[in-house]
Amino acid sequence: MAETPDNYESGLKDASQNVASFDSADTSVVTRIQGALHKTPSLVPLIVLVCAIMIFTGWLGPRFLPQMTLVFQQIQIVGILALAQTLVILTAGIDLSVGAIAVFCSVIMGQFTFRYGLPPAVAVACGLAAGAAIGAVSGWLVTRVRIPPFIATLGVWQIVLAANYIYSKNETIRARDIREEAPMLQWLGLKPNEQFVTWFETLRGITYERIRPNDTDQFLLDLIWQTKITYGVLVMIGLTIVLAYVLRSTAWGRHVYAVGDDPEAAELAGVNVKRTLMSVYMLAGLIAAIAGWSMIGRFASVSPSASTGLEGNIESITAVVIGGISLFGGRGSIWGAFFGAVIVGVFMLGLGMAGVNPQWTFMLIGTLIIVAVAIDQWIRKVTT
Amino acid sequence: MSDPILKAVNLTKRYGKVVALDHCDFELYPGEILGVIGDNGAGKSTLIKALSGAVVPDGGEVWLEGQKVSFGSPNDARHAGIETVYQTLAVSPALSITDNLFMGRELRQPGIMGKVFRRLDKARMEEFARQKLNDLGLMTIQNINQPVETLSGGQRQGVAVARAAAFGSKVIILDEPTAALGVKESRRVLELIKDVRARGIPIILISHNMPHVFEVCDRVHVHRLGKRLCVIDPKTHSMSDAVAYMTGAKEPDQHLEDA
Repeated sequence: MAETPDNYESGLKDASQNVASFDSADTSVVTRIQGALHKTPSLVPLIVLVCAIMIFTGWLGPRFLPQMTLVFQQIQIVGILALAQTLVILTAGIDLSVGAIAVFCSVIMGQFTFRYGLPPAVAVACGLAAGAAIGAVSGWLVTRVRIPPFIATLGVWQIVLAANYIYSKNETIRARDIREEAPMLQWLGLKPNEQFVTWFETLRGITYERIRPNDTDQFLLDLIWQTKITYGVLVMIGLTIVLAYVLRSTAWGRHVYAVGDDPEAAELAGVNVKRTLMSVYMLAGLIAAIAGWSMIGRFASVSPSASTGLEGNIESITAVVIGGISLFGGRGSIWGAFFGAVIVGVFMLGLGMAGVNPQWTFMLIGTLIIVAVAIDQWIRKVTT
Repeated sequence: MSDPILKAVNLTKRYGKVVALDHCDFELYPGEILGVIGDNGAGKSTLIKALSGAVVPDGGEVWLEGQKVSFGSPNDARHAGIETVYQTLAVSPALSITDNLFMGRELRQPGIMGKVFRRLDKARMEEFARQKLNDLGLMTIQNINQPVETLSGGQRQGVAVARAAAFGSKVIILDEPTAALGVKESRRVLELIKDVRARGIPIILISHNMPHVFEVCDRVHVHRLGKRLCVIDPKTHSMSDAVAYMTGAKEPDQHLEDA
């Protein structure tokens, strides 16, 4: 027989019927800001970016603002790499090899065209496939061999960079050869705005003897002409938009966040953690290869010793961290990485135009990294 | 009695030298609430994980509705209609309530947006999530899209229970569902358990809370040293009997072992 129950629940009779409602009366300004940042983590880098642009415009005068399009051109490679890096960091990993993958893939695109005589389109496709394949190797090491991402990609970085030098025999393919024989490789360096103006003026029978002067009497066309936009920049912006959509509005995107947040919970809740991680590393490799393609556009030549191979990794991580994406995974938005890359570009260009010692740039960026992570920790306190 | 809906025979699981399951048998009959009690380290959790696919047993068989099954992952078990609320809840703190409820089985929008662009149908998922939380009496959650980490412990548990109750079609396993809950929230969960049984879905309830087990369960499986010691009827046994059996203070009568 069951014991006489103490019937402790009888005390519930007159209890309030609300279940665990909470008092949200604590709405001091600071708490509200903390809450807003918690919901929209890319707000911090956006604010920093706007402030930086305003400060530099005030300091350097109106000549700074038109240079913003130049900033985009300068950061397109790091920006695209940062998108790849974001995906991996969202899963609480890190990819030290993205820069090396970019350089190696640009070499593959160039050598496949010039050494084997493949059509440039095929060579580009091979380069992109190689990027995804290298990403797959990292993914395999992380998911199957269970090597921590830092170590796995540290190894892959060295291997890919060495393979890059060995395979290319450290030969640079000159810009002129590419322009004459395989202009498609440089496609991401072309400027659609200039193409448009030329096309429009040819249509109306206007031609110039050598290059088009910056000032003609057509104000609108002049404006478009001077906007320094390349296809590479458009690809960077387009990729950001696509990834933002995928991460936000598809099941795969939600799984990426869940895996970074708590892999065991995600697994128990029905996410295929290994497959998600694998796809993330492969996609990161593919995006890094796109960055490699845009390198050919930016530098016009294919060089296996481009600095991106060594510095691209750290620069992309810098952009991601400044963009407010948590290195612990599961938090942050892809726009943060985008803004982070632009912030670095604005500092570089602004301080360069001001003519100060370039070391100040690095000092500022270093400070920004630490502040960004400190803010991340503060925002997380909302949870406790 | 009818045939068991979920049955395990001779389940064995070792972790190195530790034997967590030692030729354990288990039966769950249609429409019942089966309590599983046992001391810490008796192997309750391993038994539950073996039934829900989170652990692959070293030996033994699991039968669901007369069919032999072997689950390689929790997803296999879920596809077979077995839903589990784990002690750790298995929720992703940074994601919203809706995201968590539909994790791994998201709804896509109809037509080209869903098929080609894989766009999630957030409106439909939110609607469903809100309704399920209302069923649980968790309507004071202000915003169905707030991250789970902003919820209290009890509310998080509510989300996990709502997820299992919403999708479990054959068996629902609840591992310590009331452990983190207050008196009032526990009551809601117990009412929900009875609701689910009224819908004809059998439940396995693992709990240390004897009053809760004895209140809602039809039969109680006593687990000791990696196997089933006996099955007792809460109407004919007292809580102190149960505690004595599971701690080894008292040996059950021989006839109980066949129950």
